[in-house]
Amino acid sequence: MTRQRDDAHALGGSTTTPRAGRAGPKVSATDISVFYGEKQALFDVSLDMPDRAVTALIGPSGCGKSTFLRCINRMNDTIPGARVEGRIILDDEDINDRGVDPVLLRARVGMVFQKPNPFPKSIFENVAYGPRIHGFASTKNELADIVESSLKRAGLWTEVADRLQAPGTSLSGGQQQRLVIARAIAVSPEVILMDEPCSALDPIATAKIEELIDDLRSQYCIVIVTHSMAQAARVSQRTAFFHMGTVVESGATDEIFTNPRDTRTQDYITGRFG
Amino acid sequence: MNEHIVKAYEDELNMLTAECARMGGLTEAAVADALEAVVRRDQQTADMVVGRDERLDVLQADIERKAIRMIALRQPLANDLRRTVAAMKIANNLERVGDLAKNIAKRTIVIIESDPMVPLTRSIERMGRLVVARLKEVLDAYTASDLERAMTVWSRDDEVDEHYNSLFRELLTYMMGDPRTITACAHLLFVAKNLERIGDHATNIAEIIHYEITGDEAIAAERPKTDPLQR
Repeated sequence: MTRQRDDAHALGGSTTTPRAGRAGPKVSATDISVFYGEKQALFDVSLDMPDRAVTALIGPSGCGKSTFLRCINRMNDTIPGARVEGRIILDDEDINDRGVDPVLLRARVGMVFQKPNPFPKSIFENVAYGPRIHGFASTKNELADIVESSLKRAGLWTEVADRLQAPGTSLSGGQQQRLVIARAIAVSPEVILMDEPCSALDPIATAKIEELIDDLRSQYCIVIVTHSMAQAARVSQRTAFFHMGTVVESGATDEIFTNPRDTRTQDYITGRFG
Repeated sequence: MNEHIVKAYEDELNMLTAECARMGGLTEAAVADALEAVVRRDQQTADMVVGRDERLDVLQADIERKAIRMIALRQPLANDLRRTVAAMKIANNLERVGDLAKNIAKRTIVIIESDPMVPLTRSIERMGRLVVARLKEVLDAYTASDLERAMTVWSRDDEVDEHYNSLFRELLTYMMGDPRTITACAHLLFVAKNLERIGDHATNIAEIIHYEITGDEAIAAERPKTDPLQR
C-alpha cells in the first residue's frame, strides 16, 4: 500500500512557516539535534507547536520524544555532557540565546512529570512557592488569590480548600498530579510540557487529568508525551510520531490515527512489528 | 503489511474480513437466484431465496457484534480501524441487498400468474445480469483489496440507472397498451427498482472499499448520477 501526498509536515522536514504576528506557532523547533556525549539522541527534528492547542508526541521508548520535550524548557542544560543544536523559537525569541535566563524560561514553559513530585511542603506552599520566588505577589492576600485560582484551574480546589496546610504528599496520586499542574500554572506559564502525566494514575484520575488538559488548552500551548495511543487521540489536536531520534510524521491528530501516511507510524499505532 | 504483535488480534481481523466475504458470496447468490426465479418463472427457486434470507440477517448481526467487540477490546486504529468499520458497513449493505433479493423473489408468485411478456422479461434479465455482475465484481475487489477494480465498478454506476430508466418507459408503454398487464407490470417495476437499488449498494460497497484502502471518504460526493426525475 503506497500513498503519496503533499504535506509540509511529513517526514520531519523543515517546516518553518512564515509568521504573521501571533498567528504562527507558539513554539517552533528547527533542526534540533541532541547529543549525550558521543551518542546522538535526536537528528534534525523540526516541529511547530501551535498556541491554545495540545500537541502529542508519540513513539516507542528511546525514540527521543522526552529528550525533545526537555529541549523546550532547556532541561537538557542540567544533564552533564548533553549538547543541543538547532533553534527553538518561543514567540519570537530563541530560547537558547545567551540572554535568556533558563529559570525565567522555565516559568514561561512549565513542566509536569510522569510521577507527581510535590515538594515536601503543604498544599498551599507547593503552589505558592513559584509565584513567591518570582515576585508575582506583593501581599499575602494576592498570593492566596493566586494559590486559589491556580488550584481552581487545576480542578483541585474543592477537594483541598479545607486542608491547604496538609502536606502535598498526603494527597492521592491523581490529586498530587493536579497539584503539580496547579504549581506549574501558578507562575502564569505560556507553555505546559507534560511527560506521561497519567502513566502512574488509575482510569478515573486519568480522566480528570485529561479533562483538565482539555480545559487548559484554551489558554496554553500544551505539549504532551504519552505512551497511550488512545490518550494521544483523545486529548491532542496535533500529533508527532518520533522514531529513532527523528520525526517520522506529524499532522492533525484525526488524520494520524485514521490515516497515517508512513508505514512506520501505521505499524506503531496499530501494534505491529516494525 | 507487518503482522500484529498480538496474534489473536490479527486472527480476529482476518476472520471478520473472511466472514464479510462469505456473506458477500451468499448475497450475490441470492440476487442471481431471485433474478432467475422471475425470469424463468420458477416458484421453487423463489421460495428458496426467501427462505435463505434469514441466514444473511444472522451473518450481518454476527459481523456487527464481532466488529463492536473488536472496537471495545482492541481499539483498532488507522488501517485496522478502517478495516473493522468497512466490514461492518459492507455487512449492512449486504443485508439490505439480501432484503431486496427476497422482495424480488416474493413478487415472482404474482408475476407467474400473468401471461409471459417476453421482451420485458429480456430487459429485466439484462438489467439483472448487469447488477449481479457489478455486485460480484465489487465483492471480488473487496476480497482482493483491489482498489482499481472497486473504482471501475464505482465509475459505471450510471449503466444500471440507464437500464432502469429505459425499463421504466417500456413498462409504461405496456401498461398503457393493455391495462390487464398493469398488475404484473407494477410488480416488474418494483423488481427493476429493487435491482437498481442493489446496483446502488454495489456502488456504496465500492466507496467503502475506497475508504478502507485509502482512508479517503470524500469520494461519495463525486458519484456520477443519472436522476430519472430530472429528465
